[in-house]
Amino acid sequence: MSDTPITEAELQAYADGRLPEGRREAIEAWLAARPDEAERIAAYRRLANEVRAAYDSLIAEPVPERLARAAAPRIPVRRIAAVVAWIVLGIAVGAPLGWQVRPERVVTQAVPDTTLFARRAAVAHATYSPEVRHPVEVGAEDEQHLVTWLSKRLGVKVKAPKLDEAGMGLVGGRLLPGENGPVALFMYQNQTGRRLTLYVRTEASKNRETAFRYARENNVGVFYWIDHEVGYALASADLNKDELLRLANLVYKQLEQ
Amino acid sequence: MDEAKRLVELIPRLRRYARALVGDRTTADDLVQDTLERAWAKLHLYRRGTDLRAWLFTVMHNVHVNRIRATRAVDPLEDDMPELAQPQRGPDTLLVRDLDRAIARLPADQRAVLLLVTLEEMSYEEVARTLGIPIGTVMSRLSRAREKLRAMMAGQPVVAKLKVVK
Repeated sequence: MSDTPITEAELQAYADGRLPEGRREAIEAWLAARPDEAERIAAYRRLANEVRAAYDSLIAEPVPERLARAAAPRIPVRRIAAVVAWIVLGIAVGAPLGWQVRPERVVTQAVPDTTLFARRAAVAHATYSPEVRHPVEVGAEDEQHLVTWLSKRLGVKVKAPKLDEAGMGLVGGRLLPGENGPVALFMYQNQTGRRLTLYVRTEASKNRETAFRYARENNVGVFYWIDHEVGYALASADLNKDELLRLANLVYKQLEQ
Repeated sequence: MDEAKRLVELIPRLRRYARALVGDRTTADDLVQDTLERAWAKLHLYRRGTDLRAWLFTVMHNVHVNRIRATRAVDPLEDDMPELAQPQRGPDTLLVRDLDRAIARLPADQRAVLLLVTLEEMSYEEVARTLGIPIGTVMSRLSRAREKLRAMMAGQPVVAKLKVVK
């Protein structure tokens, strides 16, 4: 038996079953000689089990709607600043930020245009895809009108790809402001209500072509590419990367034609 | 961002802890909601790769402390346990109700430590970091919380330190 005195902290750790190896025997021997203390520590163990049992049912309970909503990333206007600051901070390599709550710091940094492109597409997706009543300005029933209108405003021929073979039907579209002028946003939805948006913008430099790139902004996945005078970004918060890639290929193929 | 997913996964644990911490369900869910809102607003301060759970519980702790201050709720004093009726602490069984009441009567500081160790099964170091207190304080609060809880559940009066009044 060790002669090291037994501390209250060790008794607590013993009650929690967290005592480092080697001390347990000493504690047990010490407790064996002191029935009152042994009973006290046993009671602590019992109580810990009872406390866990008392509240554990909450773990299995379905999460109330309002909490699920609070946990979901929303990017309405008042949040954009916070979200952008967060993303920019994420990019700032090695910024020595602790996870303890500290006064806010904002690091500004030049962001590459393509990163900004993906981000804009993600923000547009996050803004409009939760809309129940007004997800689009012009619905799919007026597709011809929608496409003609957007083509006219963007100054390039825009079309809404058909994604029915992937189970995605056109909801409609809307016009948005972008860095280089008007932007077209098409929205799609499958039968289970999962949504996908295609963000179409005109490019300042007309002779750039890029491969598919993938970005994740908040919980929105984005595949984007630039095809000469038009940039495309396909975004969804509801689909995983593989599903999104398959759809991006589908969109790309149709736009090539 | 995986944080969004993790955040959702952690909701049931936040709810469990909040429920044990504040008593009734509605207040607990209010606390969780405020915590999630604050977590989103402060997520840029979270350092990726570190323990999101501990960070989130820190946020919750701060929100909780601020709420208590804002509502000027009176916490039971360390050595003085007023017999206050606890509003609607959903009783499941008699034991659960008694336990729930006893936990509610612990001083807030001790209650938080006890619940993080027992319910969340955080290590003592994690508790110290989450609450921003030294580990020695964690151990002493844990010890006192347990002893009080044991006494209350055994139906004994909690031994209060003598106050010298002159």
